[in-house]
Amino acid sequence: MGPTSEAPAAVCQARPVTTGDQAMRDLADSLPVPEFDTTAFTPPKPLAEATVAIVTTAAIHTMDDEGFTGFDTGFRLLDRERRDLALGHWSPNFDRSGFAADLDVVYPIDRLEELAAAGVIGRVAPRHVSFAGNQPDDVATVRLDSGPAAAEALRHDGVDVVLLTPV
Amino acid sequence: MCVLSHGLEAAGLATVALISVRSVAERMHPPRALYCEFPLGRPLGAPGDAAFQRDVMTKAFALLDAPSGPVLTDHPTVIEADETPMACALPPRFDPDAAAAVDEARGLRRAHDRSVAARGRTSVGRVAGPDAIPAALEALIDIAAGTDWTEAGLPEGDPISTVHDIRAYYEEAALELVDGPAPGGRAAEAWFFEATEAGAVVMAARRAMKDAGAPQPFWFYMAPGHRR
Repeated sequence: MGPTSEAPAAVCQARPVTTGDQAMRDLADSLPVPEFDTTAFTPPKPLAEATVAIVTTAAIHTMDDEGFTGFDTGFRLLDRERRDLALGHWSPNFDRSGFAADLDVVYPIDRLEELAAAGVIGRVAPRHVSFAGNQPDDVATVRLDSGPAAAEALRHDGVDVVLLTPV
Repeated sequence: MCVLSHGLEAAGLATVALISVRSVAERMHPPRALYCEFPLGRPLGAPGDAAFQRDVMTKAFALLDAPSGPVLTDHPTVIEADETPMACALPPRFDPDAAAAVDEARGLRRAHDRSVAARGRTSVGRVAGPDAIPAALEALIDIAAGTDWTEAGLPEGDPISTVHDIRAYYEEAALELVDGPAPGGRAAEAWFFEATEAGAVVMAARRAMKDAGAPQPFWFYMAPGHRR
């Protein structure tokens, strides 16, 4: 096992707290973030013709797949049809009951299917991607290894547009 | 999240990101971002409200019309977390010989079974499945009473994942015991930590581990950071 790397515990503890969400947002405000000198910008295909995938950082995985570890920098692929999903996030600092009640509040796969049926998007991707939101501070692996590997898998599936959902 | 946005966009994918902490997006400049001030853990805002979820997605996908980036806009609706414990009946005392938390967990088993049957999924089982929840609580009770946490028989020796499973078991069971829409963000957390015997046991074990000098991450991440 390993502890989550989400946040320095000492920082969390030292903060005056109003609510759990405010405490986490304040903490995020105070932490350094990776800097990007430029922002890449890919001209999108018209949405009605685009294949769309979800990429979430909720650390969800199919119940028969390997769960996430405390320092997991990898990702899991989620087949479009699967709904037997577990929340594998190591952070206790967010609501979990929403996911328990309704998968789509974290991973809006049914909403995406509806948008495809209505012709708003072109197609739902055959596979979607789940990372863990709690990453080492330098996020080096996600930037240099697992992130590009996920992008390659999505491009292999013909994905044009990605909707990212954070946890 | 923002790191992934940059990387996927650079790989030729057009990304739209729902953002839960605005200041991070302001500093990291992802290509297209919709700030959603919703309870953390609910990026689409409202469980069980398909129309609202569709609205969030529609506003996010509208960012694809921007001729250049980065672009950061706000969803007009704010949904605040609810830190009031949800109203959820707990099982009456059944076995006077069992510890209160153990008795309580056993009493929730049928509700948890119904939850799994209704939804076809569960997040319980990282280290302890439903059958192992009462024993996991007994291990935490022992820790609270002074047993060294490494010798208490925690599932896989892992206090964080043990609590993950216990909390998921309770929160999933509770969905079968409350009427109406899903509880507000953090209302289930508040119920677990403030209203249940199991929550009290978790916090007592956490305090005991801290006082005994256990490595900080192993006790700290057993509960949300703002809980003492």
